[in-house]
Amino acid sequence: MKRSLFLPVVSFIGFLFLYIPIVSLVIFSFNKSKLVTVWGGWSTKWYGELLNDPQILGAAWISLKIGFVSATLATVLGTIAAMVLTRFGRVRGRGLLTGMVTAPLVMPEVITGLSLLLLFVAMEAAFGWPAGRGMLTIIIAHTTFCMAYVAVVVQSRLVDMDDSIEEAASDLGAKPMRVFFDITLPMIAPALISGWLLSFTLSLDDLVIASFVSGPGASTLPMVIFSKVRLGVTPEINALATLIVVVVAIGISISWYFMRKKAKT
Amino acid sequence: MAEPSLAADAKPWNNSAATPFIRIKNITKKFGEFAAVDDITLDIYKGELFCLLGGSGCGKSTLLRMLAGFEAPTSGSIEIDGQDVAKIAAFDRPTNMMFQSYALFPHMSVEKNIAYGLLREGVPKGEAMDRVADMLRLVKLQDFAKRKPHQLSGGQQQRVALARSLIKQPKLLLLDEPLGALDKKLREETQFELIQIQETLGVTFIVVTHDQEEAMTLSTRIGVMKDGKIVQVGEPPQIYEDPNSKYVADFIGSVNMFEGTVDVAVPDTLRIKSPEAGIDLLVEPIAGLKANQDVSVAIRPERIAVTRHKPEGVANIVEGEVEEVAYLGNISILRVKLASGKILKVTKSNLLHDEEPIKWDEKVFLSWSNAAGIVLTT
Amino acid sequence: MSAFQASSPWRKTAAFLARFGLTGRALIIAVPMIWLLVFFLVPFLVVMKISVAEPMIARPPYSPLFVQGPDGWSIKATIGNYAYLWEDSLYINAYWSSIKIAFFSTVLALLIGYPMSYYIARSPEPKRSLLLLLIVLPFWTSFLLRVYAWIGILKTKGVLNAMLMKIGLINEPLIIMQTDVAVYIGIVYTYLPFMILPLYANLVKLDDSLLEASADLGAGPISTFFRITIPLSMPGIVAGSMLVFIPAIGEFVIPALLGGPDTLMIGKVLWTEFFSNRDWPVASAVAIAMLILLVIPIMLLRLAQSKGADT
Repeated sequence: MKRSLFLPVVSFIGFLFLYIPIVSLVIFSFNKSKLVTVWGGWSTKWYGELLNDPQILGAAWISLKIGFVSATLATVLGTIAAMVLTRFGRVRGRGLLTGMVTAPLVMPEVITGLSLLLLFVAMEAAFGWPAGRGMLTIIIAHTTFCMAYVAVVVQSRLVDMDDSIEEAASDLGAKPMRVFFDITLPMIAPALISGWLLSFTLSLDDLVIASFVSGPGASTLPMVIFSKVRLGVTPEINALATLIVVVVAIGISISWYFMRKKAKT
Repeated sequence: MAEPSLAADAKPWNNSAATPFIRIKNITKKFGEFAAVDDITLDIYKGELFCLLGGSGCGKSTLLRMLAGFEAPTSGSIEIDGQDVAKIAAFDRPTNMMFQSYALFPHMSVEKNIAYGLLREGVPKGEAMDRVADMLRLVKLQDFAKRKPHQLSGGQQQRVALARSLIKQPKLLLLDEPLGALDKKLREETQFELIQIQETLGVTFIVVTHDQEEAMTLSTRIGVMKDGKIVQVGEPPQIYEDPNSKYVADFIGSVNMFEGTVDVAVPDTLRIKSPEAGIDLLVEPIAGLKANQDVSVAIRPERIAVTRHKPEGVANIVEGEVEEVAYLGNISILRVKLASGKILKVTKSNLLHDEEPIKWDEKVFLSWSNAAGIVLTT
Repeated sequence: MSAFQASSPWRKTAAFLARFGLTGRALIIAVPMIWLLVFFLVPFLVVMKISVAEPMIARPPYSPLFVQGPDGWSIKATIGNYAYLWEDSLYINAYWSSIKIAFFSTVLALLIGYPMSYYIARSPEPKRSLLLLLIVLPFWTSFLLRVYAWIGILKTKGVLNAMLMKIGLINEPLIIMQTDVAVYIGIVYTYLPFMILPLYANLVKLDDSLLEASADLGAGPISTFFRITIPLSMPGIVAGSMLVFIPAIGEFVIPALLGGPDTLMIGKVLWTEFFSNRDWPVASAVAIAMLILLVIPIMLLRLAQSKGADT
């Protein structure tokens, strides 16, 4: 067993590496000066500017709406796909479904974004729907790639699960739909929640795909951030980043607390 | 209404007029080329506690799952109480299963677990909970109604699983290695409880097990399985005293096996030449043997007597040297080596706190009557 | 089965539809299947179609596939776009550059991530859970914002240079922003949790008694590490590396924000073709080329992996 200091030291450096950028984001969100090299004193003025910036607030609201809908749709579709692939026995087209469900995980976002945009354009030319691109097309795009993540998470939980419990329910007279809602769903509930949260985060954070399939009036938060930061450092964005870090930290701490509590029973 | 008679007493399988409750006809299950269950035909009678006994991979669990409806047979038919169940899905069959892993619903309390089947039938909640309370009393878990499965011990979980599967009063209860996860003492107690419950409720049980002691204790009849086929069916004493093959003889209990060839049959005795034994073995004659035919003779360890002096008037006597003595309290197990090098296993009950107990390296005489040997041709 | 069930209109409709193969089961399978066919598979066909079209000043800005001429319908397609990719060295260079950058980033992430995973896996609770939490937290915060954070640190008038100059380590600011180095830092930084988590999952299951047995049989710590630990953690190493290497190849955000005009990555090239040059057919051709050269071999690799491995 390594009792040397090598591991702890390297790990410490690694953690520093992970956190220095985040810490710097937070610190400079309170810097009165716009310049990174000059410390102008503590100030929360950037937070004020952030909360008064209609462009950012509007984009945040749009992103939240898109995230919520996409995550929910993706969780439903991904769970169905996972059930079909693990519990349905022989399925015609299983290989095709497996391929299509897992492919988005390896597909570069530029390709997914481009292909979906071209699809929407072609569909509009042919059927008139979707009429123009905007929130709807972003939701469709996000749902499509997020369901792959949900399917992976749910599938691994289903595979680990003791399926004799579902057989027992069936043996006691429950029809397949009943078995799913009474037994399977409660048992995979944690996987569904993680899948939803994962999809929500991915949707909220997506820049590339949204840029391709979005339209006028539907700028998502990442799109707005990207256009602002291309021009350089803007402390407003630091303020936004700090708020996000705080929310995530609180969220993770709460879930950690609940998980430890559950483990203790 | 007449008292229902116990199948164990009435023995309907000996009565040609009795109608079997479960008819398994030429059932085969293939996975690709491999036949897990190979053309099995079996009749089981109402109220039986029938055990399917065999080692792992013999097909017993597959047969059980076909009865439950979790596997579809490749060919053949299954009738339960006169009804062909082939097209009936698992949730509609009049069978219930007790799973090896118990398969209790982890997010439901003991009560809700047991009530589940009744609610699916459409029984009103009030009535269902009353029946659950009765069942809890039967399996002695009244105080555990509100607990969740992970809060129970293994033995308690097993009883919940049993209660859950019995409460629907199925025509047939299928049990997959029900006592496998319990320790020895608990297993013994539970075995008798299981028999009592079965006799009280009159439900037909089919139990799958690899433990031959369990099969011998529980069953009205045993079906020994090997490689997807049933090699012998019979009541426990029959299977033990009258195995039809070396496999069955060896599987149930311990046995000493001599190889030999048929020599001569005189009116009461059959003579088998056996170089292994060093003597000609004398056994009770059976029909259908030819001279010089290769046979095996099986002798149970408890049928062999161990003495220091040569006994008089016993049909079979050999000499040997004691290699090992295992003192188990109520019995001792001796391993005795014959001149030919063959080692015999002999059990001796320690009834009398008597003379010098037999020790290692002693030269002893082993003897048995001509009724003790079982002649096997397969 | 009750008489009520047998005669209910639901059953009758179900039985009727079942004759056409429209069982409840089939409908359930159809839902994700149709969604993915329409929104995942068909788009690739569309991309293929446009990759053989010509750019036009029109809405949409490409030529149609089927043209109605005096003699009826004919197909108008050209492989000119692909020829263009092949001829212009930009694309081939970008392809190799992407692979190179992704590869070395993966190696760096492995070198940093492995010791960290090992340390966390070997830590006792509750320290272990806490450390995992610290790894996971950056993962859940915005990817875009974390990349942005490095701009402030790495730029010429940034934090790093300011500190180094203040200590006196350097006299002139280091030019890191808008170079490949910044891209390496960015990729390793953002993808480090993806390397650590699968490695951790694997290392935490490592049986201590195996390491003890190795020591008992005379192997020193370094020998045990290379002969026992590394081979046994190979599935984790492969999983982590794939999770870094594959997405890194097609990265856009990191080269766009941290890299310079000289930083060639194929994801950025595709974006530029589409948004800056407005050349949809060429962008499509780049996408198809990426699929054939990168994604399909990767998918085949994963398929082989999942068929071979069985954990």
